[in-house]
Amino acid sequence: MCETNSTQPEIKVATGDRAILPEGAKTIPIFVMGKKYEVPETLTIMKAMEFAGFKFLRGAGCRGGICGACPTVYRLAGDYKLHFGLACQTVVEPNMYLAQIPFFPANRASFNIEELNGAAEAIHALYPEVFRCVACNLCTKACPMDVKVMDYISAIKQGQIEKAARISFDCIQCGLCSSRCMGEIPQYHVAQLARRIFARYIQPQAEHLKQRAEEISAGKYDQMLDDLSTMDKDNLEQLYVAREREPDMAEPGTWQPQDTKHL
Amino acid sequence: MKISYYPGCTLKYKARNLEKAALASLDVLGIDVEEMDRWNCCGAVYSLAADDLIHMVGPARNLIRAKEQGAGKIVTLCSMCYNTLARVNQLMKNDPEKRDTINRFMDDEIDYFGEVEVVHFLSLLKEEVGWDAIRAKVSHPLNNLKIASYYGCTLQRPEEVGIEPMGSFTLMNDLFEALGAEVVSFAGADKCCGSYQVICEEPGDNSAAAKVLNLAAENGAEMLASSCPLCEFNLGKQQEALLQKGAISNNVPTLYFTQLLAMALGVDSKEWCLELNDKITVDLLEAKNCLAAV
Repeated sequence: MCETNSTQPEIKVATGDRAILPEGAKTIPIFVMGKKYEVPETLTIMKAMEFAGFKFLRGAGCRGGICGACPTVYRLAGDYKLHFGLACQTVVEPNMYLAQIPFFPANRASFNIEELNGAAEAIHALYPEVFRCVACNLCTKACPMDVKVMDYISAIKQGQIEKAARISFDCIQCGLCSSRCMGEIPQYHVAQLARRIFARYIQPQAEHLKQRAEEISAGKYDQMLDDLSTMDKDNLEQLYVAREREPDMAEPGTWQPQDTKHL
Repeated sequence: MKISYYPGCTLKYKARNLEKAALASLDVLGIDVEEMDRWNCCGAVYSLAADDLIHMVGPARNLIRAKEQGAGKIVTLCSMCYNTLARVNQLMKNDPEKRDTINRFMDDEIDYFGEVEVVHFLSLLKEEVGWDAIRAKVSHPLNNLKIASYYGCTLQRPEEVGIEPMGSFTLMNDLFEALGAEVVSFAGADKCCGSYQVICEEPGDNSAAAKVLNLAAENGAEMLASSCPLCEFNLGKQQEALLQKGAISNNVPTLYFTQLLAMALGVDSKEWCLELNDKITVDLLEAKNCLAAV
């Protein structure tokens, strides 16, 4: 979408999935699948490609750098070095050679979490390929989220599930690590399993959360939800405007609403 | 001089009894080592192919981490980790061509030239503490315990990384004597345990392990002490299968040398991690009154 403010000097702001070329903006050459396109500088790779006429049916998701749908490999002319980034976050540079890798066919094992336990052998049995790691570290170098991928694969080989879960926490499952792995290890799927086992069997359960889940299951909030979903728009708006709200900077545990019947 | 401690994969899981007893003992002996927060597989086996440099990358990366930590030494407990790290360190120090290739490949790391010294825990005990000082700290001497020191293959081969010359077993022997035990020498101390051969053999068919255990028993050893999780698996965990197949005629309980050290120094018994040892080992220690005091 394009919003134009006509009373001020012409400023165009590109938002959403359409890139608008501001007047006088410089263009730079980029190469998409080997073909040269002139695109405005300052755009992200994704917007630059859309500017060039590409339409993303897959390989684009949240456009906010967190869904992992738009991993991109690129290289700058004159340098052998490969770089890795998310198309929605990385700004184009002159003479960038781009390749989108929206999907990588890495092995993902099936499992029933309830049939596993907290032991690392379960991960080793589902993903024996982790032992093909030679510590080349190409996975870590490929990660657009700066996760120390090889370090968590090492932790899994060592049976340290919690360590692997914590190191891999920022993974967005884009799959670039696997695309670079000479051991054909599906690092991101292995890490996800480690985090699930950690959450299910190793991390202590929060008592208050368990209690709240039970209250919800027992129907404590059903009436409240029914009331809201049958309310007319005016009343709903009124209720929303009049709502009590915790002050932004309130010290944890210091604030309570006047109306405590839903607590 | 700062000393980095490199654990090795097995020691964080299956061989916690090798590690925990060692680290708790260092506390008693007042030796400060810093466990590396980033480390990967040691490489497990040193690759002998002249052009197989990719298998040197993992071990070299560990040495680089120790250098980054500002350490002059990197100490290991597992014999195989020691062997692989020490041999790759030699390569990085002495083979400029291969070193440059490896350093160029690892362009995400600082260059490494073999600056860090790789030492085994046994050497560290001798050099940093000394047998007399250890003897003085023994609160629960291992009296009446006849122990055979088992080195296996990788502590002494090849010569240039051996913790002592072939045929000599003084590091472990002197340690056990300092702990108050009786040392039994036997011809199997540097014979192979069967190594990874067990993977393709039926349980109980490991004739190499049987030979070591039979030699130990014939020489009157009541217990076999090692420093390698793979040796412990072949000689300890597989012992029942060897007995059933008639490959050995007597049990020889096994444990890690670090567990004996921890016992004699009076380290809290939960750090011995005896739950990871076989029942026959615990039973013998019980019978010899080694478990009573702590």
